Amino acid sequence: MATLTELSNARELMVNLTLRELRGKYKRSLLGWTWSLFNPLVTMAIFTVVFLVFLRVRIPPGDPSGMNVFAFYLLCGLLPWNFLANGMNGGMTALINNATLIQKVYFPREILVAANVASWLVSLFIELAVFAVALLIAGNMVLPWLPAVVVLVAVQAVFVVGLALLLSVLNVYFRDVQHLMAILLQLWFYSTPIVYPLTVVPTTVELFGFDLPLRAIYELNPMVGFVEAYRDLLYDLRVPAVGEIAYLLAVSVAALGVGLVVFNRLEPKLAEEL
Amino acid sequence: MSAAVTVDAVSKRFRLYQERNQSLKATLMRRGRSRYEEHWALRDVSLEIPSGTTFGFIGENGSGKSTLLKCIAKILRPDSGHISVEGKVSALLELGAGFHPELSGRENVYLNGSILGLGRKELDRKFDDIVAFAGLQRFIDSPVKNYSSGMYVRLGFSVAINVGPDVLLVDEVLAVGDEQFQRKCNEKFLQLKADGITIVIVTHDLASVRSLCDVVGWVDEGRLREVGAADEVVDAYLDHVHVGRADEGGLGSRWGSGEVVVERLEVLNVSGEPVTRARTGDPVTFRVHYAANQPVERPVFAMAVHTLQGVELTHPTTRQSGLVPERIDGNGVVDLVVDRLLLLPGTYDASAAVTDYAALHTYDHRHRAVRFDVDPGTPHETDGGLVSLGGTWRVAPLRSDQ
Ligand SMILES: Nc1ncnc2c1ncn2[C@@H]1O[C@H](COP(=O)(O)OP(=O)(O)OP(=O)(O)O)[C@@H](O)[C@H]1O
Ligand SMILES: [Mg+2]
Repeated sequence: MATLTELSNARELMVNLTLRELRGKYKRSLLGWTWSLFNPLVTMAIFTVVFLVFLRVRIPPGDPSGMNVFAFYLLCGLLPWNFLANGMNGGMTALINNATLIQKVYFPREILVAANVASWLVSLFIELAVFAVALLIAGNMVLPWLPAVVVLVAVQAVFVVGLALLLSVLNVYFRDVQHLMAILLQLWFYSTPIVYPLTVVPTTVELFGFDLPLRAIYELNPMVGFVEAYRDLLYDLRVPAVGEIAYLLAVSVAALGVGLVVFNRLEPKLAEEL
Repeated sequence: MSAAVTVDAVSKRFRLYQERNQSLKATLMRRGRSRYEEHWALRDVSLEIPSGTTFGFIGENGSGKSTLLKCIAKILRPDSGHISVEGKVSALLELGAGFHPELSGRENVYLNGSILGLGRKELDRKFDDIVAFAGLQRFIDSPVKNYSSGMYVRLGFSVAINVGPDVLLVDEVLAVGDEQFQRKCNEKFLQLKADGITIVIVTHDLASVRSLCDVVGWVDEGRLREVGAADEVVDAYLDHVHVGRADEGGLGSRWGSGEVVVERLEVLNVSGEPVTRARTGDPVTFRVHYAANQPVERPVFAMAVHTLQGVELTHPTTRQSGLVPERIDGNGVVDLVVDRLLLLPGTYDASAAVTDYAALHTYDHRHRAVRFDVDPGTPHETDGGLVSLGGTWRVAPLRSDQ
């Protein structure tokens, strides 16, 4: 049984490892922390040009906020997406990159994965904070909605940690999980309403004479719910559908559960398989 | 006294993969099974380490010592059996594991400390001690990638030893520090020992095992072969290793035309028995067994002793002593009788050769024909060097009151 001091030590280790990730990321770079903002800004600029100017994607104005800025609409999806993609990639390689540590010191190994995801969580919060300021300046009164955003981020963090735990141990046994994920993430990106609105996905399509409920299937993807919820809170300024949030919560808890079970099953052999 | 560490029937198996192919394709192709051999690194090991003792593990390379230590440290999980440890464990398996090269020494102390299970407040309290013990006050704020490997180890050791463990596991990690730091470490070990901390050491340095450990376990091919008082077990181990050595036979190369052959070279003790160990100051005889397949005129026998690194320490021949037989035929022996062996403790090789009188033609040369060890004896000189001069000190203070 974990005693209280052990738990508090684990928390401290978590903090220290997260700091290590963050410091390691930006040490010796001139712009340091600003890089973490620069990246989404550049992606946003590219996507804005491609989808707004070239492809002329039309988005509905914010309801009830009335906001109509494609870049902001985009960022509501891009920021949580980046958190997912970075957290999964980083968490997935956290064990392999710390092989010597795992082979030489005993400590709860989950913390390595969790700390990596946590470092991306910190980035997400910084990005969201800057984004919130921009929204305020543009006239969206997001302040009352921010506590709800924090809760939403927490739910998404549970989801990402669960996936990262699962992938990190699988990746130790099969190194091509990494390559597979690179492809899957692309597929996942375009199956999520980030660069286009959800409304462009038809409710049903006809397939061999059957009506396929495409939209419902599409919405099984939890990232659809996450992006829509972020958009509700930050762009439209309205309360997300309760059923949607319940679904996200259930999926996230399930992901964490599966992640933990698989991780604990494979963890004892980690030191020798690495 | 209660047991700090209880190891109960522990076995550990490793898989040695022929070709480790960690890809899905490969796994699918062999339908989930992969080709590997099983290797039992530990087999049915049981022992108890009473709390407060200093316990040493010795054994040949690959015998499973590190594996056992890692099982005790919970880094590896045994395939069967059970291990229980009382109290907090700190393992010095690799010092500075987990240091981040870009971070400063200070940041790494906190990071490494928390990996080893220390809270921030405790670390704040111990920080100065840690840095002082490592002797790195000047460098503590520069990134550890600029440290020398010795400095790296010092800081790692200093953190690990200051986490206040109840059980300290140490695996061959101290060889990197300089003389002064090694002495510091030894003092620290003695202090920890006096504080009643259980220390488990794996090392090949038998001298420090003898001086530091109360109890020693000898691990041989994954089994615990002997446990007992340090001196007894170390002696038993040494005997075993030396028996193995005599079996090795010719160690080096051999050349010559073969009219006379050196059948073997032996080191004999005072009672005339072949040995592979002697003490400094012992009387020994180097005996060359030769066989002449045809009559050979005026052969010269030679013998040499080298260090393992190849430094030749002596190279006496029968010709220089004026002992050259007119003719030999058949078998015989030639002895070099040494009244006092003046080699200092270490391992040496002896070679033997037979040549013609002018030493232009070699009948047989057996390079490194026998290997033997020299243990401390008298003169007792263990502070360095290869040979003793056999001298005696005389100290005569100058009288100032005459
Ligand atoms: N991760 C691993 N995978 C496969 N085999 C391993 C692994 N670790 C150790 N072994 C094998 O287990 C055996 C015991 O290794 P171990 O490191 O315990 O030896 P040791 O007694 O510490 O040797 P040394 O004196 O050289 O340090 C060796 O044959 C080694 O090849
Ligand atoms: Mg070893």
